[in-house]
Amino acid sequence: MKSIRQISRRDFLKTGGVFVVGVSLYGCGKEKIPGITQPRSTDPWAPDVYVSFEADGTAHIISHRSEMGQGIRTGLPAVLADEMEADWGRVKVVQAAGDAKYGNQNTDGSWSVRGFMQRMREAGATVRLMLEQAAANQWGVDPVECTAEFHTVVHQPSGRVLDFADLVAGAAELPVPGLEQLKFKTPDQFRYIGKGLPIVDLHDMTHGKAQYGADIRLPGMKYAAIARCPVLFGKVKSYDAEKTNALGGVEQIIEIPAAEAPPMFKAVGGVAVIASNSWAALHGRDLLSIEWEEGANSDYDSAAFRQALLDTVQQPGTPIRDQGDIAAAIESAQELVEAEYYAPHLAHAPMEPPVAVANVSADFCEIWAPVQDPQSLIPMAEAVTGLKPEQIRINVTLLGGAFGRKSKCDFVEEAVVLSKQTGAPVMVVWSREDDIRHDYYHSVSAQKLSASLDAQGAVTGWRHRVAYPSIMSTFDASISQPVSFEAGLGALNLPYDVANIRIETGAAPSKVRIGWLRSVCNIFQSFAVNSFSDEIAFARGKDSLENLLELIGPDRTLDLSEFGVELTENYPFETGRLRQVTELVAEKAGWGRELPKGHGLGIAAQYSFLSYVAAVVEVAIEDDGRWTVPRVDIAIDCGQYVNSDRVKAQQEGSVIFGLSLARDSEITAAGGRIQQGNFNDYRVLRIEMTPQTHVHLVESSAPPAGVGEPGVPPIAPALANAIFAASGRRYRELPLGGILAPGDDA
Amino acid sequence: MIKLTINGEAREYTGDGNMPLLWYLRDLLTLTGTKYGCGKGLCGACTVHLEGQAVRSCSVTMDRLDGASITTIEGLGAGGDHPLQIAWARHKVPQCGYCQSGQIMQAASMLATNPNPDDRQIDDAMSGVICRCGTYQRIRAAIKDASGATS
Ligand code: FES
Ligand code: FES
Repeated sequence: MKSIRQISRRDFLKTGGVFVVGVSLYGCGKEKIPGITQPRSTDPWAPDVYVSFEADGTAHIISHRSEMGQGIRTGLPAVLADEMEADWGRVKVVQAAGDAKYGNQNTDGSWSVRGFMQRMREAGATVRLMLEQAAANQWGVDPVECTAEFHTVVHQPSGRVLDFADLVAGAAELPVPGLEQLKFKTPDQFRYIGKGLPIVDLHDMTHGKAQYGADIRLPGMKYAAIARCPVLFGKVKSYDAEKTNALGGVEQIIEIPAAEAPPMFKAVGGVAVIASNSWAALHGRDLLSIEWEEGANSDYDSAAFRQALLDTVQQPGTPIRDQGDIAAAIESAQELVEAEYYAPHLAHAPMEPPVAVANVSADFCEIWAPVQDPQSLIPMAEAVTGLKPEQIRINVTLLGGAFGRKSKCDFVEEAVVLSKQTGAPVMVVWSREDDIRHDYYHSVSAQKLSASLDAQGAVTGWRHRVAYPSIMSTFDASISQPVSFEAGLGALNLPYDVANIRIETGAAPSKVRIGWLRSVCNIFQSFAVNSFSDEIAFARGKDSLENLLELIGPDRTLDLSEFGVELTENYPFETGRLRQVTELVAEKAGWGRELPKGHGLGIAAQYSFLSYVAAVVEVAIEDDGRWTVPRVDIAIDCGQYVNSDRVKAQQEGSVIFGLSLARDSEITAAGGRIQQGNFNDYRVLRIEMTPQTHVHLVESSAPPAGVGEPGVPPIAPALANAIFAASGRRYRELPLGGILAPGDDA
Repeated sequence: MIKLTINGEAREYTGDGNMPLLWYLRDLLTLTGTKYGCGKGLCGACTVHLEGQAVRSCSVTMDRLDGASITTIEGLGAGGDHPLQIAWARHKVPQCGYCQSGQIMQAASMLATNPNPDDRQIDDAMSGVICRCGTYQRIRAAIKDASGATS
């Protein structure tokens, strides 16, 4: 094997630290690219490696973010390939292991393209420049006469052509050019960016060949299923494994100590059944007879908690935004509009439940797992095994959905603990019941909104009280009130043009693990704010769209920094973009059109993850209260995008996700135990409820913003508003169910 | 001993007759294209064909399969891509992809008996297969495409 390696590195400033991007060119044979399957290099100087080449010119491009359905394994490598002038047909995407050298790998917060598009372009432009230089050297001509074109470099004056394959070795000898020397393609030159490339995993996914966490099979691998206490932080008092041990395939029973508060991402503990196959492990686990000491969280009852939250928002809370004089506005109101909203806990329920494989030996720990944040596994594995980071390797598989669940590595810790104890590779298998009952739940919430109208019907004041268990309680048990980053997802950052605004938070302890779910607090805060806007429209006797546009008000840049809403410099909150998507979606949906009997249109607009989204939902209600959604229009301005088709697919998916939670999904607790367990009682949308969805993509040159999450928040309120338009009945609690209960007549 | 055929290959099984087919496929044969999603017949991720008919492999135990012929996603396109696999690519259906084996197997079974399903028939046949990513609109379009019906 001929192996030529040239590595250099450059530092790029990244908020909160230095991020290193490196480019390395390998000329090697057909073998695996060095560094991909080997343990991490001990060389502290080892820089990032995003691109490498095989001898035949095949480019290997690293995908360092996790693929969970958003298409990022295609998106970011395609950006690099485009800027490098690669032939996509000669690119192989290689999934990165969890390693700090790639920079941030935490695939969360709709951040991948936002955080890495520019870096991928820089890496691609660097390689292109080096290949052009290599060609110039080979021909002895001026490099400005050489242009990379579709995996070749062309000498423009003479028309001579060299393939990338013939240039890699030469390029590897060259110094890596500085950032200031790079030339970027202009948008009209893009081959892949902004187009709808099919995802690289498409064929495997339709042929049963794609490898998810659950599909890892290692020689000698054991399967484990764990009985966890149904109440958070409960402990094993005693257990009887007689029936379990009698089951063929069961090999060992191991007790894992219970975790203590705060939850963090710790394995909760329990009794593990180790077996030679998944079924023996799962079935054997179900045959265990365990007595639990349930502990303090066994008092959690979601019906009582609902009432407590609703009581809380009746009282003044802690002000986190106080603008103008809300008390005076309410005092002098001609009319006061008030409403309360409630939404339950939700579970993520990705189609692939949590699963992980670990293989721990005396001097190495290797993990295979469908995780959103692979680097977070390293300190966990260090702590469990006592090994050093360089003795730990994190392999990231495809994720069979995640939605925020697979950011938390509790299930991976279980595998590491059990592999260490058994000395064998162990896969920890979660049943659907395990998944639903041991999630990091989306918060239950209560909200109260009040708006003052003056004699002309103008909105003079807006007061919004929120109460829900905080995500931060997962990390710090003393936190029992929403924090500003949460309120900042749709409440604190209210974009309405109202003079007097007050946002307050109320206390809400957590009795279960709280986590983040696709679009987080935007889900319920958008539901309340957009429903309430529509209630104001009704009070004012105005058309919903007209009212919403009036509330959004004149185009302006919001500065909410004094209320703790931090915005990055490149991403000002422009209300004009919110107005624009609202107008666009209304136009495309035919707002105001004649509708059949029982039908109604509802609208909602939401800014989240730096994107602007508006939706119009059309509902059709039968006399018996059954309802369907024939059509949804959704418009998104997410700035520049990488893959138009995946942006659309994410919006289509968001509509389904939003309708699921609006119609069906609800997690409740009694005696501290989660009452749902599988898709019969934790229901999610099925195909027959699928609307005809029309996605309208705004062409924008603004920096890239979120795509995977922002489509979710406007759906539930647009639906509730549509139901109001169709029926005159206002629903303020989620989920609505498949048959509308006799509702409040406004 | 249970003798059965999986994707045209003769197999013998001597383990616990209560083991669901799903785990036999996934763990013993490492045919991991068939997925677990619920274990209770509620999600369709585990759908395979038993004598050409879609069944939930999580809910069929091995003791019922003596002499049976099973096709999994790995065996579906044995003689070249199934029209559904082609249509799936054309409509770029998969997001995370995890449910898609079950979707395709369910759809293939429907098309085998009803080559030209209408919207309602598609929904009825596909209702048991959940896609949490929400690819349903494209699933409908791809099925219509594969069935040759105009969409
Ligand atoms: S795993 Fe068989 S139907 Fe869900
Ligand atoms: S594509 Fe992800 S569950 Fe269907």
